[in-house]
Amino acid sequence: MIVEVIDLVPLAMLGGLLGLDVVSFPQAMISRPLVAATVAGALIGHPSSGLLVGAALELIALETLPFGASRYPEWGSASVVGGAIFANNPEHAAGAMTLSVLAALATTWIGGWTMVKLRQLNAVWAGRKRAALENGSRRTVIGLQVQGMTADFIRGAGLTAVAYALLAPLAAACIALWSTDARLSRAMVVGLAASVAGGAAWKIFHSTSGALVLFAAGLGLGIFLVFLR
Amino acid sequence: MTAGVATASAATERPAPHVPPRTWISIFGRMLAIQGAWNYESLLGNGIGFCVEPALQLLPEGPRSPEYRAALARESHYFNAHPYMASIAVGALARAELDREPPERIERFRTALAGPLGSVGDRLVWAGWLPFCSLAALAIFGLGASTGVVVGFFLVAYNIGHVVLRVWGLRMGWKHGLRVASALGNPVFRRGPQIIGRVAAFATGAAIPLALGRIIGPGRSLLGLDLAGVAVGSFILVRLQGRIEGWRLSLLLLAIIALISVIR
Repeated sequence: MIVEVIDLVPLAMLGGLLGLDVVSFPQAMISRPLVAATVAGALIGHPSSGLLVGAALELIALETLPFGASRYPEWGSASVVGGAIFANNPEHAAGAMTLSVLAALATTWIGGWTMVKLRQLNAVWAGRKRAALENGSRRTVIGLQVQGMTADFIRGAGLTAVAYALLAPLAAACIALWSTDARLSRAMVVGLAASVAGGAAWKIFHSTSGALVLFAAGLGLGIFLVFLR
Repeated sequence: MTAGVATASAATERPAPHVPPRTWISIFGRMLAIQGAWNYESLLGNGIGFCVEPALQLLPEGPRSPEYRAALARESHYFNAHPYMASIAVGALARAELDREPPERIERFRTALAGPLGSVGDRLVWAGWLPFCSLAALAIFGLGASTGVVVGFFLVAYNIGHVVLRVWGLRMGWKHGLRVASALGNPVFRRGPQIIGRVAAFATGAAIPLALGRIIGPGRSLLGLDLAGVAVGSFILVRLQGRIEGWRLSLLLLAIIALISVIR
């Protein structure tokens, strides 16, 4: 499988837009995996496939919430890559979900690093304009915002394009060689993702009074509903 | 809250200056891009100046005047806050500048307000509203809802809270000016994180088995085994807290699984 440039452009644009949402604009959480992977899947023609992998990624993303100046993975562009790779396999071939989640996690790692670099670059640009900023230059204040957002869009688009161009053919090749049962593969991925979500939920809510009882009640209801269906 | 913020300002007792709707729309629109130039030195500083700037154009001396430039330079200095809660600062600082508060009082106010706006926002939004909306959407997904319903629910629910918080913050900041610290005593900020935390804990419990069930597909034996694995995995990750992040561990384990599945 070779990725055509014509296929890459819409995905790169989407990755740029959703990468922008993570921090710069508008932080409406369209970059969350549940949304981003679904939209990427829709772009390929299979939104429900995108949703499926988006749900698995969302469970993992619960661990990395964007607190302050902390360094965190970038899920917007990464979810586009994961969602698109999984949507390329609408029959959900064995290994497709494992490899899609793996591709998204690798991209989110690199994405987090590129965000740090962008923030450092923003500081360099602001440093160069210090005199103008101290002089209250309107053009400089607005220019720095626009420059930062433009760079963030390019960062997200570039990351998506490179990651998808490299990882989609690799995933396709691996799927052809995959030997583990499809359902078992999916169960391992989602089990791992849910473990991360469980650990993350504990970190977030363990100090809230009554949270443990409510968690147990929710778990009981969830299991009951699953086995009822 | 420090004395700098608590200091009552006679100026904010005055009627608020008139701000045309177009200016409010411009300020709100810019607030969505408040972190556009976020960096490790001035953090949100340039963004605050960017958002307050439309209001500064209403200074009596007019835009491009020395007063306008001094105010814009002042507002673009270092500032840190949660991006949504920064709307309180934007409203308050716009009011303070148009009320011609002394610059040193504005500087003190900026210093005092930054910390609380960060911590309150983190607890309410990042550790409360966002995980709650996410988990509720995952539970709905697990119940078999369609793609549009799951994504629509998440985006609408989350952004109702998001937009309401930004608009409320801007209004409170503008209304109270440098005395806006009292707004942080709002019951929503004091009790909100606790209440959301409880509901989110319930949603977590329900969402995990439901989402697992839908992704794996029919078959109870595999699901039961997976739920047991999740309990063990979560316990291990809680014990390893601070030493390894779950997403990094997942990356490593999935790479091993992929390698084995391809080579075998």
